Amino acid sequence: MRYTFLLHYVELTPDDLPDGAWQEGENAMHAYTKELDEAGVLVSAEVLQPSSSSTTLALRDGRLTVQDGPYADTKEQIGGAFVIDVPDLDAALAWAEKHPAAQWGTIEIRPTAVRYVAGSWQRDPPPESVEGTA
Amino acid sequence: MTSGEARANPGQEPAVAALRAEQVARASYGRLIALLAATSGDIQFAEDCLSEAFEAALGSWPRTGVPENPEGWLLTVARNRQRDVLRSAAHRFRAPLDARVGPAAPPVAAELDPDSIADRRLALMCVCAHPAIDAPVRTPLMLQVVLGFDARSIARAFALPVATLAQRLVRAKRRIRDACIPFVVPDRARLPERLPHVLEAIYGAYAIEWQLVSDVTLRGSFAAEAHYLAVTLAELVPDEPEVLGLAALISLSLSRAAARRTGEEYVPLEDQDTALWDAALIAQGEQYLERAGALERPGPGRFQLEAAIQCAHCARAVAGRTDWAALRRLYALLVTIAPTLGARVALAAAIGRVEGVERGLAALEAIADTRAARFQPEWATRAHLLQEAGRSAEAVEAYAKAISLTTEVDVRRYLEARRAALAASP
Repeated sequence: MRYTFLLHYVELTPDDLPDGAWQEGENAMHAYTKELDEAGVLVSAEVLQPSSSSTTLALRDGRLTVQDGPYADTKEQIGGAFVIDVPDLDAALAWAEKHPAAQWGTIEIRPTAVRYVAGSWQRDPPPESVEGTA
Repeated sequence: MTSGEARANPGQEPAVAALRAEQVARASYGRLIALLAATSGDIQFAEDCLSEAFEAALGSWPRTGVPENPEGWLLTVARNRQRDVLRSAAHRFRAPLDARVGPAAPPVAAELDPDSIADRRLALMCVCAHPAIDAPVRTPLMLQVVLGFDARSIARAFALPVATLAQRLVRAKRRIRDACIPFVVPDRARLPERLPHVLEAIYGAYAIEWQLVSDVTLRGSFAAEAHYLAVTLAELVPDEPEVLGLAALISLSLSRAAARRTGEEYVPLEDQDTALWDAALIAQGEQYLERAGALERPGPGRFQLEAAIQCAHCARAVAGRTDWAALRRLYALLVTIAPTLGARVALAAAIGRVEGVERGLAALEAIADTRAARFQPEWATRAHLLQEAGRSAEAVEAYAKAISLTTEVDVRRYLEARRAALAASP
């Protein structure tokens, strides 16, 4: 079962933090991601550039709008996404509580519904059917 | 330190003076802060003045030599600094002078006698663990104020952002000052109700429990400091069984730290090579435990029981086997006074050893707590018991669940190896 950790937090720069704190955060993130990888549950990990670098696109009534900036202009923005593959929500929670971003932001844990594999869309098994399996 | 050890020696290498200043800092930080903060109640102010005294030491000791009593020197300089600040016009603008100037400092000569520097660290620990201070900040506060660690290294151990922790520490110190939390040791009647907070705060430096998903996580970085605090507290309060119990508990569990891993591999307690256990720490722990028992107070407390459990495990180094019947009794007692999920799971495991695996499994089933369903030790214990019972298919499933809840790579590998061995056997 795949889960995506959507990391929401207030966007900061190294200048907003005390000396060395940014580096601490990066170190923690690296150590954590390495653990996910070594445990064999990591699918992907992306940390995004600030939402000021976002471009938002929509097609409405045949009209294309392309805008600078994020979709929602909120204080907290999506700052990254980790995809992991674990048996169930309990396991996803066990990993999420150790995610460094849980310290400075909020982690939204979303299960995958369907995903595109080798030419077709496949349903990720719903949680009930994986109870007790590896 | 002995007074003869640090003769004035002009011309010493600056590095020696710096090293000496650092040693004094580690050993005396809490003693000096306890004295400096007691009069004003302002820990931050005491820390600032002490840090200026250390700076002055680094400037002058390389030239003048390390003074005979470095602690007394630092105390005098820091006290003078405190008085200067309190008398300065700038300060008069901010706070009424008379409210903050403490009694005049004792004569310098008396302070140059190391033995005259009173040890007020117990009062300082009681302030850090005062009921009016938020429980989660008590341990970090104690590590900073009594041992002098900076916010950054504490934040790392507690998985907190540095800014968040620093802010909490500042707030706690402000609260101590503004609410006038007294820097005194509570009297005999009230000490017993205050000590548990102090003990919890010290224990908190030793073991950090994650949100009940994974097992207690030991953070190597502060285990030694927790041991130091527990032993110090046992010296300051030598006749409280739980104080001795905590010192015993930390000594005994710390004794096995080196055996918990061989290279990259996790080694569970019962497979550990007892030759790697620290015999001196075990002896120290046993002594504390005996002293606690000799006090003959009714009903051992939680730390005493947990220490007795550790002691029973450590006894394998001498006896060559583990007395599971004794452990079962101790866990049963522990569950009656501190029914944590971890203790209940450990009791079920001990029941499995003594009364058979089916009884152990029944004890696990009887844990009526929804959190157990995602508690890693519960699943690891269940897997082990099912394996012993020959219920291989169920055991493989329980191992899978335990593995999925395990975030420590080495423990994961260990469980995976057990599951693989089970799946491969007929």
